[in-house]
Amino acid sequence: MADFPENLRYSAEHEWVDDASPATIGVTSVAADALGDVVYLELPEVGATIEAGAVVGEIESTKSVSELYSPVSGTVVEVNQAAVDDPAVVNSDPFGAGWLFKVDVTSRGELLTAEEYAAQAG
Amino acid sequence: MAEDQQDTQERTTPLHEEHVALGANLTGFGGWLMPLRYTSDLAEHRAVREAAGLFDLSHMGEIHLEGAQAGAALDAALVGNASAIGVGRARYSMICAEDGAVLDDLIVYRLADEHFLVVANAGNAPRVAAELVARSAGFDTVVTDRSDETALVAVQGPRAEEIVASLTAAEDVDTVRGMKYYASAEATVAGIGVLVARTGYTGEDGFELFVPADRAVELWRALLAAGEPHGLVPAGLSARDSLRLEAGMPLYGNELDETTTPYEAGLGRVVKLDKTGPDGEPLPFVGRAALAARAQSAPARVLVGLRGEGRRPARAGHAVVQRGLDGAAGATVGHVTSGAPSPTLGFPVAMAYVTPEVSAEGTQLAVDVRGRAEPFVVVRLPFYKRS
Repeated sequence: MADFPENLRYSAEHEWVDDASPATIGVTSVAADALGDVVYLELPEVGATIEAGAVVGEIESTKSVSELYSPVSGTVVEVNQAAVDDPAVVNSDPFGAGWLFKVDVTSRGELLTAEEYAAQAG
Repeated sequence: MAEDQQDTQERTTPLHEEHVALGANLTGFGGWLMPLRYTSDLAEHRAVREAAGLFDLSHMGEIHLEGAQAGAALDAALVGNASAIGVGRARYSMICAEDGAVLDDLIVYRLADEHFLVVANAGNAPRVAAELVARSAGFDTVVTDRSDETALVAVQGPRAEEIVASLTAAEDVDTVRGMKYYASAEATVAGIGVLVARTGYTGEDGFELFVPADRAVELWRALLAAGEPHGLVPAGLSARDSLRLEAGMPLYGNELDETTTPYEAGLGRVVKLDKTGPDGEPLPFVGRAALAARAQSAPARVLVGLRGEGRRPARAGHAVVQRGLDGAAGATVGHVTSGAPSPTLGFPVAMAYVTPEVSAEGTQLAVDVRGRAEPFVVVRLPFYKRS
């Protein structure tokens, strides 16, 4: 199983979030691999108020569709338009250029460390 | 992110260890554990369109009929005219129930004057074999299900001929290179006696190689090695599905099942209602009366191609609706049977059953994709045809 960046926190639904402000959110390599080639992203709108654990979008691959959950509560301040335009970046660089959206965080959900996530996802 | 649960009861092919060693993502299909993808669905799809792909199709069923009346038995069992197939040629056919329901779609190869090979879909193969045994009673033929002892690999794509020919024994090279589409012949490939068929399910040129199960790994490795310089990659069921969808080919379980007739699927041409026996008399076959009645009346629904005008793909099971004012969803007029973003064409494609009134090319419809009406337009099948 791949290593997961230590500086990130993870949800059981395979999203990651960093500890910056605003916080950047994406999906993990486990999610990207399970989905196959991502071809379409439906992301929350800038300005939207979102709740930790709630469905905020969709990730569609050649073979399947997955719901995107937010690991944090807050207000969406930016979405990754480059990833919307070319969703393949979610597969090629899920922890980097394949980030999905940024949130002004009011509270975080139950999140896992890299080690805990690796144990659960592995 | 839940993937299909792997059922421990699923069978594995003689190439299973090869798939695992290649790091394949495995999935259940028709009672078998098969490679879904090795690396990337899109890369595997594109390799087949631009170079070549190698597929394990050992889950398919191989049922042999041998004997003086093998052809006559198939004429009575299937909707097509098997005894009219020339030796060394193949035809697409179907096996139907008495009521005209499609039990499976098949490829029938005539290997010799008194020897036919019927290739059935994985999940249907045991039933097809049992039906062929039952329907052959009274004919001078022996039906043998050789699915377990036969592996099947396919080399598909514009470089397929080069790759297969490079491994073919010198005396068989002309046979392989000269082989027409839907033809077959025995040949020595990678030192192994195989049945080579110029058939496939991708919309590209290509070959399917029937090989004894205990030689399958040897053949697979030889094809991978010989194909690599040509750009061949192993390809999984995901690529196979998107390739056949672009090529407008039906998949049993999606476009065809026991609730569909060949006419609804646009495949009425494979039903030979007027086939005759050696004496010139009309030849009865299972399902004939029901299919003859269906042929007389317009089908209640029609299989069409849909091209997405947006980016969101439709998926099997989604409702096809009329396009209302302001993009709202109107009345339901059908349902999607297969759908995906087309890797080759760059827009969503789907096949769907719709009512005849909305089946004309150019009709603007919509698909209810999880509560939102996404615009689609009726187009002619196939979506993709090789140049």
